[in-house]
Amino acid sequence: MPRIALFISQRLVKAVFVVLAIAVFNFFLVHAAPGDPAAVMAGEAGAADAKFVEQLRQQFGLDRPLYEQLGTYMSKVVQADLGYSYRQQRPVFDLLVDRLPVTLSLTLTAFVLALLGGIALGTLAAMRAGTWSDTAITVVGLTAYATPIFWIGLMLILLFSVNLGWLPAFGTESIGAGYTGWEAFLDRARHLVLPVTTLGLFYMAVYTRLTRASILEVRDMDFVKTARAKGLPEWRIVSVHILRNAILPVITVAGFQAGHLIGGSILIETVFALPGIGRLAFEAVLQRDYQVLLGIFLLTSVVVVVFNLLTDLIYSLVDPRIEVAP
Amino acid sequence: MTAAAITPSRKGAGFWGAFARNKGAVIGLAFLTLIVLMAAFADVLYPDSPWDMTAMPFQPPLSDDALLGSDTLGRDIAAGIAHGARVSLLIGLTSTAVAVLIGVFLGAVSGFYGGRVDDLVMRFTELFQTIPNFVLAVVLVAIFTPSLTSIVLAIAIVSWPPLARLARGEFMSLRSREFVHAAVTTGQSNMTIIWRQILPNSLSPIIVSASLMVATAILLESSLSFLGLGDPNLMSWGYMVGAARTVIRQAWWMSFFPGIAILLTVLALNLVGEGLNDALNPKLARKGRS
Repeated sequence: MPRIALFISQRLVKAVFVVLAIAVFNFFLVHAAPGDPAAVMAGEAGAADAKFVEQLRQQFGLDRPLYEQLGTYMSKVVQADLGYSYRQQRPVFDLLVDRLPVTLSLTLTAFVLALLGGIALGTLAAMRAGTWSDTAITVVGLTAYATPIFWIGLMLILLFSVNLGWLPAFGTESIGAGYTGWEAFLDRARHLVLPVTTLGLFYMAVYTRLTRASILEVRDMDFVKTARAKGLPEWRIVSVHILRNAILPVITVAGFQAGHLIGGSILIETVFALPGIGRLAFEAVLQRDYQVLLGIFLLTSVVVVVFNLLTDLIYSLVDPRIEVAP
Repeated sequence: MTAAAITPSRKGAGFWGAFARNKGAVIGLAFLTLIVLMAAFADVLYPDSPWDMTAMPFQPPLSDDALLGSDTLGRDIAAGIAHGARVSLLIGLTSTAVAVLIGVFLGAVSGFYGGRVDDLVMRFTELFQTIPNFVLAVVLVAIFTPSLTSIVLAIAIVSWPPLARLARGEFMSLRSREFVHAAVTTGQSNMTIIWRQILPNSLSPIIVSASLMVATAILLESSLSFLGLGDPNLMSWGYMVGAARTVIRQAWWMSFFPGIAILLTVLALNLVGEGLNDALNPKLARKGRS
């Protein structure tokens, strides 16, 4: 088997274990919650009368020993059965699948833009270390890094929607506008500008810092001096020799942060009223709909695991030295 | 590497000298001092509870009875910010302390013993690094009902992994140094070696990370309380922004000022953290600036 295939299959096995471990963790969370797990499943008070809770207890075998319950739970999770939201009167899995596209388009766009922007700005800052442009990038980066993203979102709404009226502040499309084809796409894109900027800004700051530090470490190494001595043009030295080596730690951290990005979408979707997973999480918190919340936790973990697999793949393509990581 | 870079830093003049050389760090420390003073004297500045109605609702900033304006229920924004500083600092510090305890303990055990133990602990750490941390924090606080304790614990639980990795690395490299071998030869117990020999020597990177983690913890707390997962009895900056979110069109000041408070506090902490890094890790200090 080629090395890459072996590497990826090892990672796959690990990913499956991680997902299973998170499912187990999920199970114990329900049982660690204060109060009756049946009441937790029913969505706490109000919706749950005694008879209904008793029925749930029977249905989920809550009177059985814990390990048996765990077995039942796991076999359900494996079949993509994440329980039923009694608040929304729908299976949790269906709710999540409906909401996933919005969240994925938001986070992926933000991630790609943040990564590209961060690498570009970080490179610029590092190659001009000590000049005013470096200082400016660093100061802006530090500020973006310290600002709560929900607040950036609100301030952007204030500036670009309320005061300037340039961009829509809420939702994913103009309601009742009846756009089709290209116009509909543009309309959707316009609605994504502010949320994506808000989510991306923070991570762009992170990647800028990382790229800058990483390049400063690489740029005085011997192979760079060799490239200079050979008389290669500067852009080639930067893009091929320095960046390719400096980018590895950035990719590693970027992969790790996929999870943070998804977490950030809870805040962004709440601020911009986007009907995604994050908004669903916010509603679930308000309604104490724990089944949905735990489903979101499991699903986002799966997304992160898949994302980490992709990063590993990209990593192995960028860095030919990688063989089989521990 | 120059000779100066190898000399280890000492406490006292050397420490302050190195710290003060970083201008950002000094500015950060000044800001942080102001914020701490504001938190300490919140009761003197604003003796009334920040939840009390003290002005007409929707008063803009610079009104007679509310310097930074009042919110939808006539609560003074400035009073909320002063009292909110306490909550932010308290939660930032305690949750970091708990995260340091968990992280350093696991990292120390992992790095010191190596082998199977190391494997196990590192798998566990990786698992926690994979889990989307803010989602986990939201789930934990929601399930265990929002309170000071649940918020602090949730933030600590999602924050410890980087510290564990850091401590592990330090312990691994120090484990094979002569002074540790000497301690082993003199028959000191493992606990004594971990506690008395290795830990003091690995403290400076841990302190630097912890100072930066306080900033992250404050951001996490503000995000949680923005979503309505704050302690219902405590006024916090995130809650103020969250409560004012729906009236942003009419009253920008209600969400603007608390956000600025978060921004300045977190920025100050980050700057101080970098200054500490320069002062405590002189080997790394020159990196990233030239």
